[in-house]
Amino acid sequence: MAERSFEVSRLPGFATVAIVVFVLLYLPILTLVVFSFNSGPSVAVWEGWSLHWYADAWNNEAVKGATARSLIIATCASALATTVATMAALGTTRRAAFGGQTFIYVVINQPLMVPEIVTAVALLILFGVVKQATGYQGLAYLILAHAAFCTPFAYLPIRARLEGMDLSLETAAADLYANPWQTFRHVTLPLLAPGIAAGAMLAFVISLDDVVITEFVKSAGQDTLPTYMLGQMRRAITPEVNAISTALLGLTVVLLTLFFILTRKKN
Amino acid sequence: MTQKVAITAQNIIKAFGQGATALRALDDVSVDIATGEFFTLLGPSGCGKTTLLRLIAGFEMPTAGKILIDGADVTEMPPNRRPVNTVFQSYALFPHLTVAENIGFGLKMQGRPQAEVKATTAEMLALVKLDAMADRKTSQLSGGQQQRVALARALAPRPKVLLLDEPLSALDLKLRKEMQVELKRLQLETGITFVFVTHDQEEALTMSDRIAVMSAGKVQQVGAPRDIYTRPVNRFVASFIGETNFLPVTATQQGARLSTGDVIAAEGQGTVLIVRPEQLRLGPAGVGAGLAATVTGVVYFGTDIHVNLALSDGTSLTARVPSPVDGGADFTTGQPVAVTFQPGAARLIRE
Ligand SMILES: Nc1ncnc2c1ncn2[C@@H]1O[C@H](COP(=O)(O)OP(=O)(O)OP(=O)(O)O)[C@@H](O)[C@H]1O
Ligand SMILES: [Mg+2]
Repeated sequence: MAERSFEVSRLPGFATVAIVVFVLLYLPILTLVVFSFNSGPSVAVWEGWSLHWYADAWNNEAVKGATARSLIIATCASALATTVATMAALGTTRRAAFGGQTFIYVVINQPLMVPEIVTAVALLILFGVVKQATGYQGLAYLILAHAAFCTPFAYLPIRARLEGMDLSLETAAADLYANPWQTFRHVTLPLLAPGIAAGAMLAFVISLDDVVITEFVKSAGQDTLPTYMLGQMRRAITPEVNAISTALLGLTVVLLTLFFILTRKKN
Repeated sequence: MTQKVAITAQNIIKAFGQGATALRALDDVSVDIATGEFFTLLGPSGCGKTTLLRLIAGFEMPTAGKILIDGADVTEMPPNRRPVNTVFQSYALFPHLTVAENIGFGLKMQGRPQAEVKATTAEMLALVKLDAMADRKTSQLSGGQQQRVALARALAPRPKVLLLDEPLSALDLKLRKEMQVELKRLQLETGITFVFVTHDQEEALTMSDRIAVMSAGKVQQVGAPRDIYTRPVNRFVASFIGETNFLPVTATQQGARLSTGDVIAAEGQGTVLIVRPEQLRLGPAGVGAGLAATVTGVVYFGTDIHVNLALSDGTSLTARVPSPVDGGADFTTGQPVAVTFQPGAARLIRE
């Protein structure tokens, strides 16, 4: 090739735009993290280093409750979503193409496309009816709702992994006397495991972060961390919220790093 | 055949697609493969070799016809219940398992006791000379080593029949020759029936007890390598295996009459006379019998030379003769020669 191919990085002003975008993306996060260590009560005036907002958050019963609830919901919902997503991915890739396949994709990915607020209102109405009928008020509603919108996020990496997987390995297993269940257990599942783990992590992070649907579906006293923080913001903003956010950020970064390690192409 | 039959394919038809667009990958194929035989399916790309192998393994169902293994009808049986194993062209080794685990996979799935799995795996590792690699991941092996793992994995459960789909095509020439010898050794040592697929005629001729030559979904001829080489039944087989001269002839009482008017004694029936280039002799023109011809070109091949010839009416012909050693016969373009056939070399075949 004699001529250079088109490269966007050669456009005039590219560097400037890139820097502006990065600053806009990361400066707020950086500010948030820095002010979580502020010793004073302001999120705008720096008064020196301190960890006392972390201690405050740590000792705050409401924060503890919300954290526990968030973790329970995220764990259950991501487990549920990952199971459903795995079965859906196997069903859509491990067989001959069938009529209505596109329709199935649309159904599975529906939560990615329908505005969240619509889903939230719909769930509020549906669960309202169920609550009335059964009298049950527990966390299961939130878990189900989270599982529903987390499923497509879990589905995508699992399906990607399955599509990249050589079908001849399963044929070889069948040739070597493995029945369909053994083939799944000893070949498909171990090879799929990184995809499943990645899907589960993504689902976990998405669940942990949700505000809109949670806000609509939760019963009294069922605040999760994000909805608790939203509630706090309506009263007074203290660096305690920054501290909680920073901790959440830390957890998310760890999970997403694991996600990228797992989905990184081998060789 | 007095031997026991390991595999029977009865009037197999395999069509892909529906109705008018259906493609017959196999069109009424019937073969019997004897127990302990090295049987080769030979044919050009797309002739249906892999399809026949997949039907025997059970990965596909025939559209019509039956497959028997040791006399039992297995047409409807899923692959995991058939006593055959496959060496895949792509090897299809399990990347998440070690070499030893790959080899023991079949036995483990059959639920054999762990001690037996271990012992057989060790035995197989020795058989394919990979003892030192037992705990490696398969991705850390060379192509030839992966090939041997695939072979050991398929042999470990002691199948009645081993199916090999172009197992050597991914290897370079030297390794390929080595593996040909090794495969033959393994077949003799284990006594297992091998069904081997290749599109390399030389490989088929050197390794097989019998060969089925296939073309366009049909079996053209089945026979020992010698039979197929010396007595091809039609033009396809004659041209696919080795090099051949084709001469149009008309049958007469005395023999086959060439377009030049010369009459040649030939076995068989048909309107085409075939003769292999190495079965032609070239002598000085005008001395004794022989067809008059003129040299139109000489190609040097090392051990021998190919002499291109034109008969008196222009029909072209190729002879393969030993390379001239110092002072030996050499040929130059334009030189007149007399062409004689070795006794029994000329055969007539159908078009
Ligand atoms: N699953 C399939 N669907 C449709 N057509 C198929 C399928 N499998 C094979 N065919 C067709 O059947 C014919 C025979 O294919 P097959 O793979 O048996 O050929 P082959 O002799 O093994 O060729 P090669 O030497 O290239 O491997 C080909 O025309 C191929 O396109
Ligand atoms: Mg093939």
